[in-house]
Amino acid sequence: MLYREAGQFKTTYAADQQLFPIRQDRIGVITLLLIAFIGVPLFASEYWFSAILIPFLIFALAALGLNILTGYAGQLSLGSAAFMAVGAYAAYNFQLRVEGIPILVSFLCGGLTAAAVGVLFGLPSLRIKGFYLAVATLAAQFFIVWCLTKFPWLSNNSSSGVISTQQLIIFGHELKTPTEKYLLVLSIVVLLALAAKNLVRSSTGRAWMAVRDMDVAASVIGIKLMPTKLLAFAISSFYCGVAGALYAFCYLGSVEPDGFSLDMSFKILFMIIIGGVGSIMGSFLGAAFILLLPILLDVLLPFFAGLFGLPFSSATVSHIQILVFGALIMFFLIVEPHGLARLWQIAKEKLRLWPFPH
Amino acid sequence: MNFFFEVLIGGLLSGVMYALVALGFVMIYKASGVFNFAQGAMVYLAALSVVGCMEKGAPLWLAVILAFAIMTLFGIATEKFVLRKLVNQPPIALFMATIGLAFFIEGLAPMIFGSEPRALDIGIVDEPIEYILENFNMVISRFDLVAALVASVLVATLALFFQYTRVGRALRAVADDHQAALSIGIPLQNIWAIVWGVAGFVALVAGMMWGARNGVQFALTFTALKALPVLILGGFTSVPGAIVGGLIIGASEKLAEIYIPPVMQDLFGGNFGGIEGWFPYILALLFLLVRPEGLFGEKHIDRV
Repeated sequence: MLYREAGQFKTTYAADQQLFPIRQDRIGVITLLLIAFIGVPLFASEYWFSAILIPFLIFALAALGLNILTGYAGQLSLGSAAFMAVGAYAAYNFQLRVEGIPILVSFLCGGLTAAAVGVLFGLPSLRIKGFYLAVATLAAQFFIVWCLTKFPWLSNNSSSGVISTQQLIIFGHELKTPTEKYLLVLSIVVLLALAAKNLVRSSTGRAWMAVRDMDVAASVIGIKLMPTKLLAFAISSFYCGVAGALYAFCYLGSVEPDGFSLDMSFKILFMIIIGGVGSIMGSFLGAAFILLLPILLDVLLPFFAGLFGLPFSSATVSHIQILVFGALIMFFLIVEPHGLARLWQIAKEKLRLWPFPH
Repeated sequence: MNFFFEVLIGGLLSGVMYALVALGFVMIYKASGVFNFAQGAMVYLAALSVVGCMEKGAPLWLAVILAFAIMTLFGIATEKFVLRKLVNQPPIALFMATIGLAFFIEGLAPMIFGSEPRALDIGIVDEPIEYILENFNMVISRFDLVAALVASVLVATLALFFQYTRVGRALRAVADDHQAALSIGIPLQNIWAIVWGVAGFVALVAGMMWGARNGVQFALTFTALKALPVLILGGFTSVPGAIVGGLIIGASEKLAEIYIPPVMQDLFGGNFGGIEGWFPYILALLFLLVRPEGLFGEKHIDRV
């Protein structure tokens, strides 16, 4: 009844091309942004900011990056955590070594460095594809983490490569509280998400999708494979790099190379599988799901074990977490390969017809 | 010079151990076109089953049979509940499903059999052979030689199986084209169950060798990561490729670990150990740039 585009006529080209063509969608997005920017800071506690909201936004950004590469351009990558590490360490080094560089510029430079490294490891994608490429990105994962551990210059000569990030100073104001950090992360993520949303419907995005669906056919119709693929690697790594810089500066404050492990890469991959491969919103839904699930299990499992009087250790909880993750991945791939985003889309279609099902 | 050969031979022998795991990948890929990331987890599960059954009081031979039964049942269950539902999906979806499967096993196996590291005694001692030590002054483990022997027997058997048996031919047909194989009356589901059973057997052999050498512990799942560059180098569809790839990777990674860090230390200062972790990947990657289908892989022609 409420969600219906009947009566909304597009009379200009601008109206036809806007990002959210249905009025209800626009209202929904604006409401959501208002809640995120104003409502949440008013009511959420510090724990919510520093333990749930900030990591959620950061991982959503990383998932967005991987989704551009894997979901839109069809190049499977298992090395997203390594590109996050590049972003984090590059931003740290720009802050450290360039006199008076603003923090946002060093985030940008961190992202650009990650993009450059991403292109470097994306080069093999011109010759190899599919599983072979997945293994090539594993090379990035192991090699980058090794480099960050072994070259002391990169971590300012700290032992075992741990870095403690600099203060967050923007226009002379230091961001200290979780609320301020949250607002910074939120602004960056919203900007980049809108940019991504626009990008994937541009000619670049359509070229990516053509390459994803069949690269031979794409090159036959005149899409140049090399720039298209490398651009996907660059932009995807840029997003991951910025996410990594935010992860180091706004979330943890002190990171080590081993923190950006293969497990983290897999986690980001799981986010896009569960959220929806090839969907901007799916990256957010998937990130929320993957981050909240362990918290939920932590609460629920001991409760149920207590209910049935079973002995329960923390080791068992972690085993069950891994098991549930694995089972969910298989479940989603079998039942809904397009993830949570597709479920949301189905819900919207049903809403259009509601209350009449046909 | 002696030292060089010792490192080389040690590397070749450890390469055989990688090849054992890589074989499991090749088996499944050849016969079903699935790149099974869960192979490392299966190795872990197999080794844990053997140790777990022995802890319950079963002798070694019984434990091995029980573990084989577990692996086969597990393979059939995977086929029934996961792969059957994903027929005709893109290969990448199947690959991601096996990542899920790997996590599933990594959570399930230690819940059943316990997660603490344990030793597995299969009656071969891991000590140098005196004859070679005395005459050539080289340390070569008896265990490594046995492992090499086991691997060669396994490879020969698998190669013959694929080439000459009815089932082997059916396996290759299924790998070429699911639908074509179905349409000429090859029972896809049975074939896949057999494949996963055989892959379970290969995982069992690998798990026992690795477990006997390094102890049965979670780190066994990382054997999969060791086997991936081997696979890439040798080609996904080639049984001999897995062996040759394993030998090349094993030897080059050990040589690199010994000879590269000192050079880098002279150049940059500091400690550069741990090259083993990424060297095989970079090597495989560089090789792919020259020959994208691997050493013995089949050349794939894309058609629109």
